Amino acid sequence: MSAAGRISYREACRQAIRQALLDDPRAFLMGEDVARYGGCYAVSKGLLAEFGPARIVDTPLAENGFVGAGIGAALGGLRPIVEVMTCNFSLLALDQIMNNAATIPHMSGGQFAVPLVIRMATGAGRQLAAQHSHSLEGWYAHIPGLKVLAPATVEDARFMLPAAMADPNPVLLFEHIELYAAEDEIRAGLERVDIEQARVRRAGRDLTLATYGGSLPRCLAAAEALAAEGIEAEVVDLRVLRPLDHRTVAASVARTRRCVIVDEGWRSGSLSAELAARLAEDCFYELDAPVRRVCGREVPMPYPAHLEQAALPGADRILAAARGLFARS
Amino acid sequence: MTAKLHLDRAHLQGLYRGMLRIRRFEARCVELYQAQAIRGFLHLYDGEEGVAVGVMAALQPQDAVVATYREHGQALARGVPMDRLLAEMLGKVEGSCRGRGGSMHIFDGARRFYGGNAIVGGGLPLAAGLALADARLRPGAVTACFFGEGAVTEGAFHETMNLASIWRLPLLLVCENNLYAMGMPVAEAEAQPSIHRKAEAYRVAAASVDGMDPVEVESAARHAVECVRSGHGPFLLECRTYRFRAHSMFDAQSYRSREEIAQWRERDPLERLRRWMQDNHQITADQFQAIADEVEQELAAALAFAEAGTLEPVEELERFVLMDHVPQEQPQGNAP
Repeated sequence: MSAAGRISYREACRQAIRQALLDDPRAFLMGEDVARYGGCYAVSKGLLAEFGPARIVDTPLAENGFVGAGIGAALGGLRPIVEVMTCNFSLLALDQIMNNAATIPHMSGGQFAVPLVIRMATGAGRQLAAQHSHSLEGWYAHIPGLKVLAPATVEDARFMLPAAMADPNPVLLFEHIELYAAEDEIRAGLERVDIEQARVRRAGRDLTLATYGGSLPRCLAAAEALAAEGIEAEVVDLRVLRPLDHRTVAASVARTRRCVIVDEGWRSGSLSAELAARLAEDCFYELDAPVRRVCGREVPMPYPAHLEQAALPGADRILAAARGLFARS
Repeated sequence: MTAKLHLDRAHLQGLYRGMLRIRRFEARCVELYQAQAIRGFLHLYDGEEGVAVGVMAALQPQDAVVATYREHGQALARGVPMDRLLAEMLGKVEGSCRGRGGSMHIFDGARRFYGGNAIVGGGLPLAAGLALADARLRPGAVTACFFGEGAVTEGAFHETMNLASIWRLPLLLVCENNLYAMGMPVAEAEAQPSIHRKAEAYRVAAASVDGMDPVEVESAARHAVECVRSGHGPFLLECRTYRFRAHSMFDAQSYRSREEIAQWRERDPLERLRRWMQDNHQITADQFQAIADEVEQELAAALAFAEAGTLEPVEELERFVLMDHVPQEQPQGNAP
């Protein structure tokens, strides 16, 4: 199915959708401007011509309506992929996602599953200001009944969707807007990746940088800078935000004894808070320093580039937090 | 506007029996609530029975139903077994949802009964999706979605009407207009209190019917279902009805008068049908008694079943939060 080669994250998302539609006649993509327009981040460009309007479905601007329709379609036996332009707009569909998709299997005593995938763009970095730039995946990761994925690599962008489509649960995929243009090699012969485990993206012995999504490249850059200073950072990509694979992080911390969590979401009540608490529970006695967090600053995202960058967990802030752990020990 | 009904005695008696089952079931639920065997919220349907039995009589087994939090009547009329329903009310594992849903969240996969939705308007987008799935997987199937007039002020109603219309979905929208959204009168909540007239803005076919008359409801529902089934897109059926009791067991009903309730009680759908059948020699006193006895026996058996039921082990608490497969009983469709 997959050919080896260098492709963009955007192209990986597109290939993943295309494969899902080819693999299962019950699968279809719907969302705002996914068909004629080609997707607001150009992910679904060309799919309308290939699959037609029954499989690539433009919806009116009605997030609660069409996300709810996706849930109903999944209950009825179809395999919808619903695209919400940005996770900021998904708040209009929160009722359907939380009160229906996440609860019906349990409320019905297991009579129904909701095999649905919702894709949405997340994150900042494009000067889109406060209503198009937030990172809300941590909120969704709070909700039992959902699976929440954050593909940070081209490989995950290409292969998480098939795994999500095979999953009987509602799966939310958060694609960071800054990653769409990223390019990488795809390994030949790969069909699917797991959607259970975090993954070590860079091995190191001195420090664990735990992160996900759009912050992964920042952490890898910080790790390179730290290496030049003689600090070998291990970078763990959480990948799956719910159910959270904290064990992989704990195992890394057991080796490195130090941890900085990097999360673009707001610090208070964030995914980083959850992970930090679990590390405190799991590996308190293995830590040589307190767990540190580098998060999005607690402001609605501003428009000017310098303020936006200052609000993000940039490599400089990651470096400062990492160095701080060693300064104290 | 209304389809011709074949009003034979058996059919009329069936409508009456269906309403009586709901009326008696809920009366027993009140007793169980007062005895604290049923807890949580309890929203009663009495006065509105004619809507559920009339609409369900127009549906086929392959059709889907999406209901509200006031759904005991909808569930019973759809064929959810009374004993499973009562066990659910008591929170027993033998209940229709293993006791996890309770009064407001009745589901029954075998009968394509998709809740029991306690978010006002929350079932409407779901119903559009079910109709979309049916259009592709089960041609000819119709999804019937019940909702109160209170849901009509929610965005979900307007989004669903629009989606259903532009996609020509096989969706029957059944508005149970009982005049009050909890305590909010329809005339104060709605810029256009005549609900069925809202359909015009979405180019959806619509009708308004006396919800206190199950025969009229069934007749209108049959016409609406025929329209939907034959591919003409969605249909909005407004059923003008009234709940005789409070919104829930916690409601002092300060927003409406005793006189108003008394006036509506004059139009009790059970009594009206009963009088009509008697006056037209469709039933004898003995037959009425036989129906009543039969319902009492069913209820007694249901209560015995529910009370003998078991509580789910606490170890099972987290089952079905995440599913490990799509259940077999989930209708997969007849066509690819």
